[in-house]
Amino acid sequence: MIMVSKISEITFGVISPQTVKSLARVRVVSSDLYDADGYPVEGGVMDPRLGVIDPGLHCRTCGGGIGECMGHFGYLELAKPIVHVLYTKTIYQLLRMVCKKCGRILIVPPEGQEKKPRKKKSSEKTIPSRCPHCKAQQKKITFVKPYTFYQDKDELNSETIRERFEKIPDKDLRKIGFRGGRPEWLIVTLFPIPPVTVRPSITLESGERSEDDLTHKLVDVVRINQSLKENIDIGAPEFILNDLWELVQYHISTYFDNELTGIPLARHRSGRPLKGLIQRLKAKEGRIRGNLLGKRVNFSARTVISPDPKISINEVGVPEIVARELTIPEYVTPLNTKYVKDLFKLDKINYVVRADGRRIKVTIENKKELMSNMGPDWIAERQLQDGDIVLFNRQPSLHRISIMAHRVRIMPYKTFRMNPSVCPPYNADFDGDEMNLHVLQTQEARTEATFLMDVKHNIISPKFGGPIIGLDLDQISGVYLLTMKETVLSKEETAQLLSDAGIDIDLPDREKFTGKEIFSFLLPKELNIEFKAHACRNCDTCEKQNCPYDCWVTIDRGILKRGVVDKVGVGAEKGKIIGRLHRLVDNDNIKDFIDNYGRLGTAFLMKRGFSLGISDLDLPDGAHKTIREEIDKAEKESHKLINQYNKKELTILPGMTPEESLEAQIMNVLASGVSRVGDIVSENIKKNDIYFMSSAGAKGSLINTTQMAAVVGQETILGKRIKRGYLNRTLPHIKPYDLSPRSHGFVSRGFKDGLRPFELFWNIMNGREGLMDKSLRTRKSGYMQRRLVNALQDLKVNHDGSIRNAHNQIVQFTAGEDMIDPSKSDWGNLDWREFIEAQAVKI
Amino acid sequence: MNTLPLKVRKELDDYFTQHRASEEKKKEILDIVKTLYAKSSYDPEEPVGVVAAQSLSEPATQMTMRTYHFAGTAGIQVTLGLPRMLEIFDARREPRTPTMSVYMEKDHQSIESVRKIASSVREVKAKDVIISTTTDLTEVQIRCKLDMKKLAGLDMDPQKVSKCIRLRNTETLVEGDYLIVRPKKVDLKNLHKLKYSLLESHIKGIRGISQVVVTKEGGEWIITTLGSNLKKVYEIEGVDYTRTVGNNMFEVLDVLGVEAARNVIIKQAKYTMEEQGLGVDVRYIMLLADLMTVRGNIRAIGRYGISGQKASVLVRASFEETKKHLTNAAIRGEKDDMKGTIENIMMNQVAPIGTGAFTLIGRIPGLAGKREKKEKPRRAAKPKKTKKPKKPAKPKKTKPKKAKKPRKKK
Repeated sequence: MIMVSKISEITFGVISPQTVKSLARVRVVSSDLYDADGYPVEGGVMDPRLGVIDPGLHCRTCGGGIGECMGHFGYLELAKPIVHVLYTKTIYQLLRMVCKKCGRILIVPPEGQEKKPRKKKSSEKTIPSRCPHCKAQQKKITFVKPYTFYQDKDELNSETIRERFEKIPDKDLRKIGFRGGRPEWLIVTLFPIPPVTVRPSITLESGERSEDDLTHKLVDVVRINQSLKENIDIGAPEFILNDLWELVQYHISTYFDNELTGIPLARHRSGRPLKGLIQRLKAKEGRIRGNLLGKRVNFSARTVISPDPKISINEVGVPEIVARELTIPEYVTPLNTKYVKDLFKLDKINYVVRADGRRIKVTIENKKELMSNMGPDWIAERQLQDGDIVLFNRQPSLHRISIMAHRVRIMPYKTFRMNPSVCPPYNADFDGDEMNLHVLQTQEARTEATFLMDVKHNIISPKFGGPIIGLDLDQISGVYLLTMKETVLSKEETAQLLSDAGIDIDLPDREKFTGKEIFSFLLPKELNIEFKAHACRNCDTCEKQNCPYDCWVTIDRGILKRGVVDKVGVGAEKGKIIGRLHRLVDNDNIKDFIDNYGRLGTAFLMKRGFSLGISDLDLPDGAHKTIREEIDKAEKESHKLINQYNKKELTILPGMTPEESLEAQIMNVLASGVSRVGDIVSENIKKNDIYFMSSAGAKGSLINTTQMAAVVGQETILGKRIKRGYLNRTLPHIKPYDLSPRSHGFVSRGFKDGLRPFELFWNIMNGREGLMDKSLRTRKSGYMQRRLVNALQDLKVNHDGSIRNAHNQIVQFTAGEDMIDPSKSDWGNLDWREFIEAQAVKI
Repeated sequence: MNTLPLKVRKELDDYFTQHRASEEKKKEILDIVKTLYAKSSYDPEEPVGVVAAQSLSEPATQMTMRTYHFAGTAGIQVTLGLPRMLEIFDARREPRTPTMSVYMEKDHQSIESVRKIASSVREVKAKDVIISTTTDLTEVQIRCKLDMKKLAGLDMDPQKVSKCIRLRNTETLVEGDYLIVRPKKVDLKNLHKLKYSLLESHIKGIRGISQVVVTKEGGEWIITTLGSNLKKVYEIEGVDYTRTVGNNMFEVLDVLGVEAARNVIIKQAKYTMEEQGLGVDVRYIMLLADLMTVRGNIRAIGRYGISGQKASVLVRASFEETKKHLTNAAIRGEKDDMKGTIENIMMNQVAPIGTGAFTLIGRIPGLAGKREKKEKPRRAAKPKKTKKPKKPAKPKKTKPKKAKKPRKKK
């Protein structure tokens, strides 16, 4: 891209009548838009000299067609000057601070040393009653919104205001910081008529024309102004003139801003409020936020996503129909002419752009002709191919890693396919989520995408310096089951497994392989690491290497000596192995690591089989009995507390009322009851797939298992027991003042056994609270994010290592105080010791 | 070694002494660590601001709205989660639940003395020592029965209580267990109001501290309070004022200065994130706190703080209050020097941040000329539509020379 010129500075100011006139090409005199034949009236608001909006026509001023002519201004001579509503505040301030007679600012020019200590007084008293320059008596100015000014009790009309402002000397203006022009320009005399291109009319199907809001408003202004002028000419009585003047003021004011307080909204015939200039700019859908900072794009696609664990994490499966529609420009040079012609033959070129800039769609008819005419300087827009780099995005884009670059892989069917391991950065799942795909059009963009945005370069999250991409769900379950002590595979099985996983290595000649050996095949030799697995049971005394549950993971020189590999080893966000790996190998290798182990896990899970059913939640009868006993015990205890409360014998906790103490103690008793039940469940549940899933950290937790198998526990609203509903009771079926657990949201059964009607109701209440909380939270945190980004967006690291804003003001002398980029760190630190050890540097 | 961060330097020193490393080994290891450090350092022009903002706010979507109640724990309920986060970023004058953690000096570590300090800190209001009040309309006075047991526990007597009650235009008398408050003027209308102000009047302790809890933390007793008043607490003997702080950043700003306020912001934001189980690198919180406090006071994140004080008109207008910022800019005749990101995006230009900050242009011989050719003949060719196919061939040879000339003049 050649940048012809660059905007290096923008100056804001108040427009002067002279400028309005010099910019204008048309003097607007008529409020008619079109004549009887449907042609725009000259001197009207739709004058053809103001620009073109109809295809095929040319501008009467510059001769340009649509898209070439940007339009031209016109102007309207106002019969009487009008106050500019957007500046009423400034006008008011100026009127108050300026002498009504001589136009000087009402302060004494500082004379030498005569500086009096500043006294804080009300603003009323700081304005002297007499002008210090000409000694004229000053009167009190009041301002009534939106645009009327009074001097004492007489209305000040805009003509007198203008005259007063003309008297203000420039040097005084500079003192008060008025540098955008002359104050009299705040009173409009020549009203600019914007080009038609900014207010295009739409031709409806019926052939009728529908005008833009601004045009409607302009017609009003011109019409009333015209009738005011005529009335002045014929010498109409003053009250009529004043009425009309006021009306012009109203229309011009609402033209600028139609959300003014104190006056009715200007409305369209249908009753819809018209859009003023301010409304065009303002807020989310306004010009600034809606069109300048955010844009609609071409070369993009959107569909539902679905998982494909067989493709790489930096690939995206693109449906064939999508791939056929999206194009990449191929600049034809002598070097690639043959390549482009081959694409032509395969019907893989959708459009060509000829040397003269004409864009032609390739069809069966013109294909051969275009092919033979094609030469250098042509651009052929070819269809998407395998290996092309594209951007993939899921909204809300809360992160920079919500948009990453993937390699295209064209696939059948109609969904985008992605490796489930990349779900965490996008926060995606496959319950109907849709994602967007953007095809990059320039080489610069593609290069940046390849080197900065590719998934493989974003495995370590800048948020916390650990891997955000890792194995997920079934992939973890698979790797966990594979690395368990019990897993031993025959040579054939191993070969089959590795082949299923698409892993191509030379298998040592052995009869049997343990799962840990298979896992070690792909580990880099420099890897040494020791950590506690997710499956760790937090025993009172950790036996570390001799963990009876095989939860102490040791990898020594790339060989998994002991321990099961699960979420903490290889999962997203935790993934210790992946986190360490990024120091030892390059990004391509980490990508391959995640790809391979993801496939290995999936392949093993498919070989072994993985399922769960209701019976997986069965507990032995004895366990059931003890569980019921625990629950009954907890309930009894809370009844005891209630009795104590009723007898006023309850121990009151510090800083709480008796009621609060009771609630807190009941909750406490029930919670510990439920947690004891949890222990019983974890001891007695069969070691089945549900158990494996939660202990590997693939999905679910002990709480989920307990809730399904044994007891749901206390349902809460706003962190308290359920208290709302009827007077002194939660439901009409319950006696008033019943404080028992069962009538305040305690669910004493599990989902498998089924909930009682009340209990179901409590559960649903809790669920609804969750929904409300979620929707409220997303809104609040969304706004918080916008504010944060706006406050921090111009901060960057400078070449000297300091963090400065766009105006070179220093915020931090050394970025992060140690220059360590979290996205290149080990959980925010520099793990040099481990690095040295991996390098086998001996001391 | 000087270029390495302090923490790493210390770790290395310890490592060397521990292993009694030889000078050569030291150098070898140092070189490795240095290259590792260089690899882990920030690249120039990295847009840290946006990364920080995203890293802080993305986890916020996962925060809870309600402040969790830990049933049974005798602690102080502090605002947490998203509401607390918003409180910090908005730089609210007063947090919803102001607290302090009061640490003790070494010779005041015993539970007895800590308890004593704790009870002296806690504010006692009249209502805490009054059992019942009666509004005596015939005598125009308020009779209050005092809780003598409580008073004794607080080391007070009715006389002392009456001295503490300083209400305007009233006199306070003591009649045995009773406290009598009587307005100097007969004023039946306001008698009821007087009762409430009487009940709220301060008797003992530090104003604003409504709850005190003594807990053991890291082997020593500390006092956690609800409500804060640093100045008064620092004056108490036995309080270690070098460690005692609150969660009210404005109070800390007043009492201890900006640097301390910055640390309060960091500490509080970090604690809030971690409490919710969200791990975010501290560097981002530090950057935010630094930005909030660079000007010497605390600026909020938002329209009345940092965003409203930005130098660029377009940035301010694009955030909030578009109308206000544009009209004010016009009157002041403001200039926007187009140095920021937002301004350049608006003007469809490359923003000077990240890869956009570099203006290295590689000119491959011949290619640069060719590009200009492409642009110019196209425009020139337009009016003469008929001769198109032949035209582009000729200017190819002549144009590059012409194009280069004006550049040299500059």
